[in-house]
Amino acid sequence: MIVKTLIKTSEYHDSVSLMLVARELSKLESVQDAAVVMGTEANKSILADAGLLTEEAGAASPNDLVIGVSAPSDSAADAALQKAEVLLKQKASSVQAGEFKPKTIRGALSSNPAANVAVISVAGRYATDEAWEALSHGLHVLLFSDNVSLEDEISLKKYAREQGLLLMGPGAGTTILNGVALGFANVLPRGPVGIVSAAGTGLQEVSTLLARHGVGISQGIGTGGRDLKKEVGGVMMLEALKALQQDDATNVIVLISKPPAEEVVRLILDQLAASVKPAVICFLGGDASQSALEKIPNVIPARTLYECALLAGRLIPDEVGDVKTFLDAENSGLAKQAQNLKARLNANQYYLRGLFSGGTLCYEAQVIWKEILDIPVHSNAPLPGGSTLPDSTKSRRHTAVDLGEEEFTVGRPHPMIDNDLRIRRILQEARDPEVAVIMFDVVIGYGAHPDPASELGQAVEDAQKLARGEGRELVFVASVTGTEEDPQSLSRTTSTLEHAGVHVCDSNSAAARLTALLVSG
Amino acid sequence: MTKINELFGKDLTVLNVGLASMAKSVSDQGVRVIDLDWQPPKEGIPRLRQTRSGVSMDAANQEVVSRIQRGQAVLIGMGIARDVIPGMHARMILHAGPPIEWQRMCGPTRGAVMGALIYEGLAGDESEAMQLATSGAIEFSPCHHHHGVGPMAGVVSASMPVWILENKAFGNRAYCTLNEGLGKVLRYGGMGPEVYARLKWMASDLYPALDRALQSLPNGIDIKSLIAQALHMGDECHNRNRAATSLFLRAIGPALARTNKDNEVLAKVIEFIDRNDHFFLNLSMPAGKAMLEAAEGVEGSTIVTVMARNGTDFGIRLASMPERWFVAPAGQVQGLYFPQYTEKDANPDIGDSTITETAGYGGMAMAAAPAITQFVGGTPQMAMQNTLEMYEITFGEHENLTIPALNFRGTPLGIDVRKVMETGILPRINTGIAHKDPGVGMVGAGILRAPEKCFKDAFEAIKEM
Repeated sequence: MIVKTLIKTSEYHDSVSLMLVARELSKLESVQDAAVVMGTEANKSILADAGLLTEEAGAASPNDLVIGVSAPSDSAADAALQKAEVLLKQKASSVQAGEFKPKTIRGALSSNPAANVAVISVAGRYATDEAWEALSHGLHVLLFSDNVSLEDEISLKKYAREQGLLLMGPGAGTTILNGVALGFANVLPRGPVGIVSAAGTGLQEVSTLLARHGVGISQGIGTGGRDLKKEVGGVMMLEALKALQQDDATNVIVLISKPPAEEVVRLILDQLAASVKPAVICFLGGDASQSALEKIPNVIPARTLYECALLAGRLIPDEVGDVKTFLDAENSGLAKQAQNLKARLNANQYYLRGLFSGGTLCYEAQVIWKEILDIPVHSNAPLPGGSTLPDSTKSRRHTAVDLGEEEFTVGRPHPMIDNDLRIRRILQEARDPEVAVIMFDVVIGYGAHPDPASELGQAVEDAQKLARGEGRELVFVASVTGTEEDPQSLSRTTSTLEHAGVHVCDSNSAAARLTALLVSG
Repeated sequence: MTKINELFGKDLTVLNVGLASMAKSVSDQGVRVIDLDWQPPKEGIPRLRQTRSGVSMDAANQEVVSRIQRGQAVLIGMGIARDVIPGMHARMILHAGPPIEWQRMCGPTRGAVMGALIYEGLAGDESEAMQLATSGAIEFSPCHHHHGVGPMAGVVSASMPVWILENKAFGNRAYCTLNEGLGKVLRYGGMGPEVYARLKWMASDLYPALDRALQSLPNGIDIKSLIAQALHMGDECHNRNRAATSLFLRAIGPALARTNKDNEVLAKVIEFIDRNDHFFLNLSMPAGKAMLEAAEGVEGSTIVTVMARNGTDFGIRLASMPERWFVAPAGQVQGLYFPQYTEKDANPDIGDSTITETAGYGGMAMAAAPAITQFVGGTPQMAMQNTLEMYEITFGEHENLTIPALNFRGTPLGIDVRKVMETGILPRINTGIAHKDPGVGMVGAGILRAPEKCFKDAFEAIKEM
C-alpha cells in the first residue's frame, strides 16, 4: 500500500467541507483510505492511527491543509491527491459564482446594518476574536465553537453583560430565539415555556419532549456548558433568566444544567426568588442542591430532563396529568420489556455501553444508571464523584462515552453531523463478548445529519451480524430527540431504527432505564 | 428594557461566521442570513489603533477621508508642461509610478521615453533617443513628484500641453497630459510617425481650441461632478469613461463653438474627443490626484493616497508619510486581449491610473459599471462583487460618489493598510494592458490586485509610526 500526503500551506477550509472532500475521495475505488484535515495535533494523531502520517504531514502546522491517501499504487495515490485538489477548488469557485459573501463581520454589517445575531462556528482558536468583533458591533452572539479558553469566556461574558448582550457559548450547540432554531435545534411550537440551558442537548431533549405533549416554548437560550462554573459565575444564565422573568410571553421558566458551583446556585436562587413566575430547575446529577431549591415556593426541582419536561408541561393546566403516576406506569412497562429482552442474552454478557452524541443525554443516562446499577459506570464525562474512563477510545465494563467531547471534536465535525465515529465505536463495542446492550441517542432537527437513522441503523445491523457470528445476540436501545416536524421526522427516524432492530424509547431517560434494567438484578 | 428583551420582539437577521450548514438551516426557516466567506486572520497581524505618540489612527483616517470628500476638483485651464508643472524643464521626462532609472524601465516606458525625446526634437531617431536616455543627460522623475499623474507609461515631456485642475476646497493643483486615444499611442510605448503626428496635432490644434474654450469659462468645469454623474451612467472612470467623455463634451461644447472660428478644426476636435472613449481618463486621474493630495500629511493615518506603477514596480504612498514609496514588483494582468495578442505579450501592470481606485472610483466603483466587463473580462455579477469586497478594506464610503445598483450607497473610499493586512484582501484594479516591447502599444485590458508586499511593508512602517 502506498501512502502519500499533500500539504497545502496556509489554506483554510471548514471541517465540514473537508469531511465532504474526504468522503468523495474514499468513494474512489482505487483509494484505500483518505483524510483531508487541517494540520492540528489532534488531526495528526488521527492520521497516525489511519497510517497516513507521513513525515511531511507530521511537520504541517495547524494552518496547513493536509491531504493524505493510501492506495495500492503510486499512480492511484497521485490521482487521488489530484482529485482532492479539484474537489477543493470546486468548493472555492462555487462560492464565487453565488451571491456576494462578505469576508468580515464589519464588512457584512456595512451592507446589512439590521443584523442582530452572529452565529460563530469557526475553529476555537479564531472564535474569540470573531466574538469580540461581533459584540463590539452590538450583536448578540451564539458561540457554537468549542476550544475557547475559560479566560476568554469570562471576559467575553463580562463585556456582553455590560453591553446588555447575549453571549451564548462557547460550545453552545442549541439556541431557539423568537422561534428560530440556531445551531442544533428542532422545529418547535411557540408557547409559554422559556428555557435557559447550559446544556445543548438538554435543551433539545426538554423542548422536544414538551413539543410531544403539545407545549411550546417562548425562548430557548443556551449558555454553554461552563457558564455555571465558579469562574464564570453563571453570568449568562442569570442575564437570560432576568430577561425571561421580564418577558410577557414566558409563563414558566426552565433552567437546565449540570450541577453548578455552590456560589452560583445561590446567585441563581436569589434571582429566581425575585420573581413569582414558576420555575422548574434541572441541575442534572446535583443531589446536593435539591433541598435548597425546594425552599423557594415558585421553584420545582427535577431530577432528570424527562421529569423536567413533564413538570414544566404540568404547570400549563390540563396538559399533563400527575407526573408521579405517569412515571410509575411507564417504569413498570419498561421493566416488563427488559424481562423479555433479557432472554436473548448469554450468561456472560454483563455490560452496557452508552455511545452518546449529546453530552447532557450522556449525563442524564448516568444519573439513572447510578440509581439502578450496583457497580459504577465509567465515562469520559462522569457525574461528580464518578469514575473517569482512563482512555476514552476504549470502554471498560459499564461505560458511557460522550463522543461530542472536545477530545473527539478538535478538527472534525460533531457526531451529530458526522456519524462516522459512532459507527466505528458501535462495531468496536459489538466485538466485546461481555457487552449485553448498546444504547445510543439520535438527535435530529436543524444542524444534525440529514438522515442519521439510516447510517446508524446500518451500523446496528452490521454489529448484530458480527455478534451473531460469534454466537451471541446484542440488544440495541435508543431514543430520538426530535419532533415530527423536524426535517428528518421523528416517526421516520424511529421506524428506520426499529427496522434495523433497535428498541426505540420515548425519551433518553426511558432508554437509559431500559438499558440499565437489562444488565441489573 | 434590556437589549435581550428587545431582541425577543424583533425579527432576527443572522450573520453566520463559520459552517455553511448553520447558515442553511437558519435560512431554511425563512430567516435572513448573511453567510460570511470567512477566512482565518493572517498570522502575526496586530490590531493597530494608535501611533506610538498616541495619535488615534481612526481619527486620523476620518480626517483623511473627510478631506478627500471635501475636495472639489475643477478643470481651470491648460498650459505647456514646462511652463506650469513645478520643477519641469526641457531635459526632464516624467513617468508613471514610483521612481525608476532607465536600466530598469520596462519596454513600454522606454518606448514612450524614446518617443517623447524624438517628439521633442532632442533625438533624431530611436537609436539616438536610446543613447540620450542612457547618457544621464535626461532627468527622469515620477509624475507624482510634480503633482501630476500619467496613464500607462505616463510620459510627459516639456512641450506637451497639460490639463490644470485645481482643488477649489484646498487650493492645490494637479496636472495631466491629454489622452491620445487607443491603439498605437505614446503612453503605451508606441513610437513612429503616426504617433508623433497625432501628438503634434494635439499641441497645434486640439490644445489651443480647448484652451480658448476653457478661458471663456470663468468657473472652469467641475470634474468631480462629472465623475459623480458618470457613475450613474455606467462608467467607473478608470477603464470606462464613455459617459464621462460625453458629459465633458456637453459641458465644453458651447464654449468650444463660441471661441473657435474655424469650423473644420472645431469638427476635428469634437470628432477626436468623441472617438476616444478614454478621453476623460486624463481628467478623472488628475481630479483624483488633486483630491488625494489635499489629504496628505495627516499624522497617524493608515490610508493610501497614491497607488502607481511604472511597468516594473508597483508603489504606494500613505497620507501620513507622503514622501515615502512602498514598492513591490508590478503584477501581471488577467484580462481580455485584442486579436493576435496573448498574455505572453503583456507587460506587467503599468500607469498612474490607479489613482482612481485610490480616490474611491475606478475598480472600487465597478458595481456602477457592469458593462465594463466586456472590456476587462468577467461578468456583471463579478463587477458587483468587486465593489462589495472593497468595502472590507476601505475606511469610509464616499458621500458624493454613489452607486445606483447598491441603492445609491457611497463608493468604497480610503484604502486602509490595516484592513488590507487584517483581511488579506488586496485592492482590485481595472487596467489596460501594454505590449511588453517598446513601440507596439495596447494589447488588451483586464483586472488584477495590487501586490501584497507594498502593503506589508507599509504596515511595518505604520507599526513604527
